[in-house]
Amino acid sequence: MTVPLSWYLVLSAILFVTGVAGVLTRRNAIVVFMCIELMLNAVNLTLVAFSSFLGDGTGQVFVIFVMAVAAAEAAVGLAIVIALFRNKQTVDLDSINILKW
Amino acid sequence: MTLEFLLFWFLAAMAVTTAVLMILQRNPVMSAISLIGNFFALAALYLLLRAQFLAVLQIIVYTGAIMVLVVFVIMLLNLGDERGLAERPSLRSSVGTALAAGLLLELVAILFLRTGPGLPPAMHPSSGSQGTVEAVGTAMFGKFLFPFEITSLLLLVAIVGAVILAKKRL
Repeated sequence: MTVPLSWYLVLSAILFVTGVAGVLTRRNAIVVFMCIELMLNAVNLTLVAFSSFLGDGTGQVFVIFVMAVAAAEAAVGLAIVIALFRNKQTVDLDSINILKW
Repeated sequence: MTLEFLLFWFLAAMAVTTAVLMILQRNPVMSAISLIGNFFALAALYLLLRAQFLAVLQIIVYTGAIMVLVVFVIMLLNLGDERGLAERPSLRSSVGTALAAGLLLELVAILFLRTGPGLPPAMHPSSGSQGTVEAVGTAMFGKFLFPFEITSLLLLVAIVGAVILAKKRL
C-alpha cells in the first residue's frame, strides 16, 4: 500500500493554484516571477508522479526540459526586471504600463 | 507503509505552507526563502516517488541556481523595505483569489469526476530503476537527443538575451 497517485495530483493542483493566486494578486514583479516558478514546479510534480506510477521514464526527461526552460526564463525574466527598474525605478506591475494602451 | 504516508503528509504540508507563505509575505526576500523551502519539500517528494536524479537536480538547479539569481536581483535592486509597494486589498486581489479558488475546484473535480480508465493503484515495479542517472541519461541522449540539442540552443539564446537586456548600453 503506497500513497495513491490522486494525492500527488491534488497536492500539485493546490501548489499550481497557489501560484495562480499569487500571479493574479501580487504587484511585485519579482514575486510574480517566483509564482511562475512555483507553477512550473507543480507541473513537474505531476510529471514525476505519473512517470513513477506508469513506469515510463519519459516524464522525468520532460521534467529536465522544463527545468532548462525555467532556467532560461529566469535569466531573461530577471534581466527584463532589471531593465525595467533602470527605467522606472520600481518593480510595481501597476505602474509599468508603457505597452498597455 | 506508514512511514511513507507520514512523510508524504509532512512534505505536502510543508510544500503548501511555504507556497502560501510565499504569496502572503510582504518582503520579497522572505518570499524567496519560502520558495526555497518549497523546492526542498518538492525534492524530497521526488525521492518519495523514486526519482533520485531529479531530486538532486531540483536542489542544484532550482535552489542552487535559479533562486540564487532571484535573491541576487532582489539584493541588487534593494527591494527590502518597499513601502510604496504595500499591497492593499483591492477588487483585483479578491477577484484573483476567487478565480484561483474556482480553478482549484475545477482541477479537483476533473480528477474525481472523470470517466475512463482509472489511475494506476500503486507505483510501477520498474519505477525504482527508472529514476537513476543511467536510465534518465539513456533516454535523454537516445530518444530525446534532438530536443536536448534544441534546449542547448534555447539556453544560448537566453544567455545572449539576458546580457543584452541587462546591459546599460550596448
